[in-house]
Formats: sequence, structure tokens, C-alpha cells
Amino acid sequence: MKLSGGDLLMRALKDEGVKFIFGYPGGAALHIYDSIFRQKAFEHILVRHEQGATHAADGYSRATGKPGVVLVTSGPGATNAITGLATAYMDSIPLVVISGQVQSHLIGTDSFQETDMIGISRPIVKHSFMVQEAKDIPRIIQEAFHIATTGRPGPVVIDIPKDKTDPSQLFEYKRVKDISLRSYQPRVLPHPGQIKKASKNILSAERPVIYAGGGVILGNAHKELTALNKLLKAPVTNTLMGLGAYPADNKYFMGMLGMHGTYQANMAMHNADVIIAIGARFDDRITNTPSMFSPNARIIHIDVDPASISKIINADIPIVGQVRESLVALIKEIKRSKIKIDSEAVESWNAQITQWKAKHGLDHELYLKKTKSKMIVPQVVVQELYQATNGNAYVTSDVGQHQMFVAQYYHFNKPRRWINSGGLGTMGFGLPAAMGVKFAFPNQEVVCVTGEGSIQMCIQELSTCLQYNLPIKIININNEALGMVRQWQDMNYGGRHSASTYSDSLPDFVKLAQSYGHVGMKVTKQSQLRKTLDKAFAMTDRLVFVDVYVDPNEHVYPMLVSPNGSMKDMWIKKNTKA
Amino acid sequence: MKRILSILIENKPGALARVVGLFHQRGYNIETLNVGPVFDGTYSRMTVTTRGSENDVEQITKQINKIIDVIKVSDLTEGEHHEHEFILIKFNKFKQTTKIQKILKSLHGKMLEKNKDVIVMSAFGSSSNIEAAIKAIGKTNLLEIARSGSLGLHEGEKILKI
Repeated sequence: MKLSGGDLLMRALKDEGVKFIFGYPGGAALHIYDSIFRQKAFEHILVRHEQGATHAADGYSRATGKPGVVLVTSGPGATNAITGLATAYMDSIPLVVISGQVQSHLIGTDSFQETDMIGISRPIVKHSFMVQEAKDIPRIIQEAFHIATTGRPGPVVIDIPKDKTDPSQLFEYKRVKDISLRSYQPRVLPHPGQIKKASKNILSAERPVIYAGGGVILGNAHKELTALNKLLKAPVTNTLMGLGAYPADNKYFMGMLGMHGTYQANMAMHNADVIIAIGARFDDRITNTPSMFSPNARIIHIDVDPASISKIINADIPIVGQVRESLVALIKEIKRSKIKIDSEAVESWNAQITQWKAKHGLDHELYLKKTKSKMIVPQVVVQELYQATNGNAYVTSDVGQHQMFVAQYYHFNKPRRWINSGGLGTMGFGLPAAMGVKFAFPNQEVVCVTGEGSIQMCIQELSTCLQYNLPIKIININNEALGMVRQWQDMNYGGRHSASTYSDSLPDFVKLAQSYGHVGMKVTKQSQLRKTLDKAFAMTDRLVFVDVYVDPNEHVYPMLVSPNGSMKDMWIKKNTKA
Repeated sequence: MKRILSILIENKPGALARVVGLFHQRGYNIETLNVGPVFDGTYSRMTVTTRGSENDVEQITKQINKIIDVIKVSDLTEGEHHEHEFILIKFNKFKQTTKIQKILKSLHGKMLEKNKDVIVMSAFGSSSNIEAAIKAIGKTNLLEIARSGSLGLHEGEKILKI
């Protein structure tokens, strides 16, 4: 049977196993939308803004490991998708974003709703396709999914001129069995010689640290990571993107590292003699000043992307390969090796870390204590949330102080539970991402921890949540200010709060939630906090917006001293360096 | 340090823009750029000259390699190599014609056009010799010049394999 370009697209998406498409219609995408109306393989989710579509598909992908799919129209539809594309690109999330384009003969004429999507998105996609012939659509879809999901994953854009989905032009549907591209063969298996070298170095370490990032989660290698450390018993730290890759309740886990990492994790990194970096990329929010980074450590760096290796910090032993395959090889080599790790040395190293933790570690029991402040402390909100959800929720976040508080105080024992925009730091991510997670796991608790700044950047998606009946819980940590900006202004700009406050013009979030057909609750006292959270979570079939007013003077600590600081240089509380 | 990169890419719409764009995105400069179809016409070969430390070039090379349409990248300056640049040059006939002709003679200078007003010549040689020649000719004598940018190949049996 011959199919139109639009129907070829439907068939190809069905054959990729797509269950949800997040999108928004418009002129150039109308043929495609008519094909969507006539198919049953997947559900189309109508968002309220294309940024919401990309973040929802992104959240879906982060929670499931499957690629997220987006459909937008040309021009403003395409440009609205750009922030979501950049967000996914920075965190290596596999997305396939299909954009309608004006008809081929109008391209380049400044026609209505025309924009060069391929050009605009070029620096923030793994790859992109412009459909030249309708008959190529099945092949392009196959290649796009292959590229998005293999190697270092990332978003792929497919731009389809309207005439390529013309319902009157019919073509044969063809699907190839094994996709292979002559210019794209990502490395899977690590080099055996490098694995041997790495094993030798690891086993002769006295102060080893495992520094694991988002690559462990993307590469589904969390079990192998735990298996590796059963052999080593080394202290482990996760990056912001890696939280959940190693169980937070494991006794060797030090918490997050970096800018707002724990004291013990940052001290361990600085004083290590061997750092095993796994699926992490030595981001500037980790290393602080690169020339002062961990002066005595040999660096073993496992990554699927050769360009990540020795980009910021020189790797002594680079290992290019899929994280899981590399860890399997490394575990095998360590087990086979005649050298054994000096467990006494590692034990005293762990004891040192315990001391650091005792000295300046995070207080995870703030919620049990009486505070001097009359207002709720934001850290306590996260701690109470952790208690109320038994640590089992999928938690999405926006960007700023609240994001760091979740990273510090919500303990993630499983991968893919913590969903946030790490690389790009995109405010507005949390709510649509939570929608994507809820579609994937309707029976799981999905919480969006946000701030009154971030939530207003994609607030319109509350309407989508009503349309599809998504009982997400939104915890708005409301300090009536752009908290992280304000913190930097407190610390570096003499407390001049330039353009970071708006307390007299915030909406009544309770009424706002209600006007969208949801439940709104307001909390101002710590004594009401847990009760309100329990009440919210008991309403299993409703979206509840919990607006929690917190102390606006609270800062996120620890915080690396910069510029010209190393990882051991931290602000540990207001006006106090460790 | 000057580097000459040879890049084999898919001869597809947008492929060139991906490579060129990457230099800007990653904060590097392109000094010269040459591109043309090779083999069966579905491939293109680019020669790009840039400046940077060994680390810079390693990073550029790795990033270029990540582009899906790129098949192979090689830093010719890592080993022995051939490097040539081709120029077309136009100058006024009455302005030191013989001097210019003499300079270009050492660069395989060839007369393409000669009429009562202007002379057009072609020449080729290593980029450094071309630079020296352009300097020697002097700005005031030149009407126009078109440069191919560097072209390069590895010496010996080493090739950019598909």
C-alpha cells in the first residue's frame, strides 16, 4: 500500500515504538496533524507552548531511557522549541524533534512563518535532517532515532517542508533491517590495554575516589558501578546529573560534588591519589579553577565521547567506550588481577572522609529541630518532602536554589528519579518535564520542586495537566525572589539586589492553581508543612500546587570559592570559609 | 602554531556549514578553507588551516570528528606533508610588470590574459612562498587577487581512508 509523506511519518514513528508525541499544530504541520488524527499507534499530547513540548519529551526520555518525540510547526513553533533542544543537547538526552517547514518552493523567500530551523538549531543538535524527498521520510526517521539514541545521545531535528507531506502524493514504505551510516560508528567496547592500565592504577591507589556522572545513568550502568565498588570500597560522589547512579544510602556515598557539593566530596576530590571519572565531563561547576584541580591525582576517565576526554582536565588513562561495557571489562580485569587494593589504606581514607563529614557535612535532620527563624527554612521543605514520599518519588526541578536543595537533601537511591536541567540550567523545565514523567509512569508519585521564579516560565502547562488529568504535585519553594541571583548579589555585589525581587507583584498561586482547575495550598509555618504535604499526596487523582513560603535570606552552602579557588576552598556558611 | 587539517565529509547540503560553524562555536578561527567533491562525488574533502596549541588542535579534531557527516579528520602538520596554495592575480600592465612576472616565475607563474591595460596570471606554491610573493609584489601594484587557501596531502603512502 502506498502512503502519503504524513502517513509514512506515522508508520515510521510507530515502527520506532513511539508511544507519545508532544506537540503543537500550525500551518506547515497541518498535513502531519491530519495523519495523526487518523492513526492509533501513539498519543499526541497538546501542550500550551512548544518549549513545554520539548521539556516534556525530555522528561519522558530521562525517566524511561527511551527517546522523546516532539512535533512543532515552522517559524515561531520551531524557535520556541530551541530552548528545549539546547537543554537536551547539554545533558545528552535523546530527542527527535520534527518541525514543519514552509513549502519547498517558498524556502528562502521570507514567506509566512518561515525560519531556517536547520541553521538556527545547528549548534545545539547532535544532527539534523531536511527532508528533500517524501519517499526518504522512513529512512530519515530510522537514521534520526539511531543517531539520537546511540553513542553519546542527543537531540536530532527533522525539518519537513509542507509539500513533502502532501496527502495526494503517495509512496512505498520501506524500512531497512540494520541501520548503518558510513560516517557514524560510535565506539562501544573499550580498549583492553587501557582497561589493564586503569585496573593497575586503581589497585595501587591509597586514596581513590569514584566520580560518576550522568553518563552512568544514560548508559544504564548503575548496577555495574555498584558492582565495581563492591570490589574497591572507595568513596563515591555523583555529579548533579549523576545523582541516583550510585545509591545515596550506600555507606560509601559522599553526596554530590562541585559548586554546591558536600564538604567531604569536594575534599576527597582534592586530596585523592586516583580519580576514576565515569561518564562525567569535568564541568566548570565541578572542577573550580582547572589548574588547581586535584593536584596529586592520576585521572582515569571513562566516556563514550572522545571529545570529553582531556577537554578540561588532562586524563592520564583515557578509556573511550560505552560506560557499561567499559565497567564490565574493568570489573573483570580487577577480579583477574594479582595485585589487590590496599584495603587498610582505603579504610583509613574512608575514615578521613567520615571525619570531614562530621566536621562540615550537611545536616539531614534539620526538619527535626527547632529553628531560630520564624520562617520555614527551604532545606527543611526538601527534607519533609523526602519523608512524605519515602524517597520514592520521581522529582523534577527547575533551576536555582531549590534545585540545589533537592540535589543536597533528597536522597536518590535509583537512577532516572532525579530529573533536572544540569548543563543548560533552564528555568521552566520542571513542570513540563514532570508531565513527561507522569505520562510514562502514571502510577508513580511525580513531584516538581520549583521556585516562584522558575514556575512562571512555563506556568501555562497547568492547562495541559488539566486536559490530560495529570496528578502531579508541585512544591513551590517561594522566597519571593530569584534566590540564586540574590545569593550571588549578597555574596559578591554588596547585597545590591538588582532585578532579583518582585515580592509585591507575585500571583496568588493558590488561586492560580484553582483557576486552572487544580488544588492549591499555601504553607507559611513549619508546623503546617508536613501535614499539608501529606494532605497533598493523599489527593492521588488531583494536581496539587503547594506554595511554601520560606526564609528569603537562606543561602545554598557549601559553595566553592571562585575565582581562583580549588575544590578544597569552600564557603561553609555565611561569611565563613572552611 | 599553524595547523593544516584535512577533513573528509559527506557531500550533503549543510555538511560544510556544520564544520565551519563548529570552529566559531568552539572559539577557534579558520585562516583558510578549501573544499571540493572527491571520489564518486558523494564525498567532499576540506582543507582547513587554523592556529592553536597541540591541545587546541586535539580538541578541534575531536569535535569535528563528532559531526555526523564527517568521515575522517587528519592533522597534516603532525607529520610530513605536501602543502600548496593556488592564486589568481590581476595587475596593471604598466606597473612594474617585469618585476611581478619575475616574482611569480618562481611560483610556476602562468599568463592567463594580457591586454593593453591588465595582466592576469596564475601561480602556485607553498603558502609561505605565496605570502612572500604577495608581500614582494606590494599592495599598490595589485588590482585583485584570489587565493585557494592551502591544499594538503600526507607524504608517502598515508591517505585519508574512507
